[in-house]
Amino acid sequence: MNNVVLVGFLAGAISFATPYLYASIGEMFSQRSGVVNLGVDGIMLMGAFTGFFVALNLSPTLGAGALWLGLLAAVIVGVLMGLLMSVVSVTLKAEQGISGIGLYIFGLGLSSLLFRVTIGTVKTVDGFKPVPIPVLSSIPVVGPALFSQSLVVYAAFLLVPIAWFVLERTTWGLKIKAVGQSPAAADSLGVSVNRVRYVCVCLGGALAGLAGASMSLATVKLFQDNLTAGMGFIAVALVYFGGWRPLGILIGALLFSTISSLQNFMQVLNVGISPDLAIMLPYLLTIIALMFPINRARQPAALNKPFERGES
Amino acid sequence: MPPAISPTVQRTRRKIRANWNDIAFSLSMPLLAVLFALVVGAVILLLLGVNPVEAYAAMISGAFGSVQGITQSIAKATPLLLVGLGICIAFRASVINIGAEGQIILGALGATACSLAFRTMPSWLLIPLTMLVGFAFGAFWGFIPGVLKARFGVNEILSTVMLNVVALQILVAMLKGPLMDTVGVTAGTFLPQSEQLPEAVWLPKLVPTTLMHSGAIVAVILAFVVYIFLWRTTIGYRIRAVGLNPDASRYAGIRVPGYQALALTLAGGFAGLAGVVEVIGVQHRLLEGITSGYGFSGIVAALFGGLHPLGTIPAAYLFGSLLVGADKMQRAVQVPSSLINVLLGLIVLFVVGSQYYARKRAARRASTSVTTIVSTEEAQA
Repeated sequence: MNNVVLVGFLAGAISFATPYLYASIGEMFSQRSGVVNLGVDGIMLMGAFTGFFVALNLSPTLGAGALWLGLLAAVIVGVLMGLLMSVVSVTLKAEQGISGIGLYIFGLGLSSLLFRVTIGTVKTVDGFKPVPIPVLSSIPVVGPALFSQSLVVYAAFLLVPIAWFVLERTTWGLKIKAVGQSPAAADSLGVSVNRVRYVCVCLGGALAGLAGASMSLATVKLFQDNLTAGMGFIAVALVYFGGWRPLGILIGALLFSTISSLQNFMQVLNVGISPDLAIMLPYLLTIIALMFPINRARQPAALNKPFERGES
Repeated sequence: MPPAISPTVQRTRRKIRANWNDIAFSLSMPLLAVLFALVVGAVILLLLGVNPVEAYAAMISGAFGSVQGITQSIAKATPLLLVGLGICIAFRASVINIGAEGQIILGALGATACSLAFRTMPSWLLIPLTMLVGFAFGAFWGFIPGVLKARFGVNEILSTVMLNVVALQILVAMLKGPLMDTVGVTAGTFLPQSEQLPEAVWLPKLVPTTLMHSGAIVAVILAFVVYIFLWRTTIGYRIRAVGLNPDASRYAGIRVPGYQALALTLAGGFAGLAGVVEVIGVQHRLLEGITSGYGFSGIVAALFGGLHPLGTIPAAYLFGSLLVGADKMQRAVQVPSSLINVLLGLIVLFVVGSQYYARKRAARRASTSVTTIVSTEEAQA
């Protein structure tokens, strides 16, 4: 394997991991508070479209600043989608799996409708430029692969320790875990279960929007119908795979992204297996990982259960 | 002096009245959902500078305004109904099957392989055999998450989502490999599709030169079969009991995980059958996009039909019409057909969102009047 291929493969793995990290960390907060949001893919699509639309229309006047506005717009749309999910599944206590599917279909349809009416054809944006980290980026192979990415990519990896810190070292993290583990107990101590869940689902929405925009503005740099092609569902699965912990999610995201990247280079490398079959591996691994009781024991006890005061 | 009405008659009358209220209530919810979705959709269209009246008119006339529109709608409603029947069984057992997409693919794969392998068989034997094989393939793809849930406690939402991707990859690999059309290989196009299936396996058309095939009749008959199964057999009763109250069912000696696994397996079988009718009724070959998203829109149809097999029949027809209407709308007035997904998504959110209110209403009525307990239970069940 020559160095050019190796660098391309590693850089691909890192950039593929970016949307997974944003979306999965966001979904982790949502699930830690007890809400499974299956609509992540729909939110990602809306975020990807909104970010792209803003960047495409504002970049002639604002230049690079339009990209940041695009990210902001994607976050706002993500929060709005999260709010919709919260109203239906927290306030109206709907079955979360089904409302999530509704949100997904809605986002899939709306992003495509908006795209076809306002943009119509596939266009590209310049997107975020790589920002090489001094010193580190000059390491052979590893440098250009890992340390010459865009800020959006670095931020996704920084999110992992931040999420850990919020969960394990702040009062808010404690409240989130309490609400997901034992909502009745949290309620009796004066924590507003529904408010915490609203905040977590909306945070998850914001990060899913960001995940979508990270694709349309930083890694793929275009938008088309169903751009994410189900990546949001994988992001949900990664939360289970990672045992509801940021580090586990990081490992899972890297596993999926490495195999995706490997798929692109398989023809070049002439590996013996069919890439179509190789791409199934991470999905099968996720199912197998869930078969171990240790993983299920980490599941928040109140996951997928709407909270009703007075019911145990 | 008017003749005294016996208490029994009084009770019966009250019960009938309560039933009518419940029926009116359960009909008004889906209609409200559609209205809500159409209004929100209209606002979105207005914001985009599209005339919603023109768009909806084109959609409705496209779906209902011609024989072609109606027959196409029925052709699209058929897989929706079959998927929806499976969803009814699964959701009644409180098992959330998101895996219909993958189960459709497996059913379609099984149907293709079977009809190519036995291409010399006569129609009357080949068609039922193909359907059985497709059902079995789909059921297998439902059985896997079923067993994983029953034996290892793996969340079915997650495993079915994963298995959708696995099924899609198997399909792609098969269409690029063993099942690839040899015509495409010699012509150098390498289209990822199978060869055309033998005519013996094609489902007869109900109306010649249209898309409407006899699979529609099979689907409607099966809806009645599923209804009888769920409400008139012991196994069906247990499946519903498990869904309504798993704890009580366990105390009653019902093996809850086993029945949930069974529900998932059957759901997979019906979704597989949807794949079969698409292959032998419409496409007459296996293609990459064989599911057309029916795995998701079938869920919407079942929910809209109140998770009742017979209610799913009109619901499937309605959504089949909407899908056809949306395509025609796109051609007639250039409004993207993706509008349909916006509407479907909103309908799902509205229907599941309103169920809480419906449950509260049922609970309130049950506590205020003893006589209505029976009817509300029926409405719930």
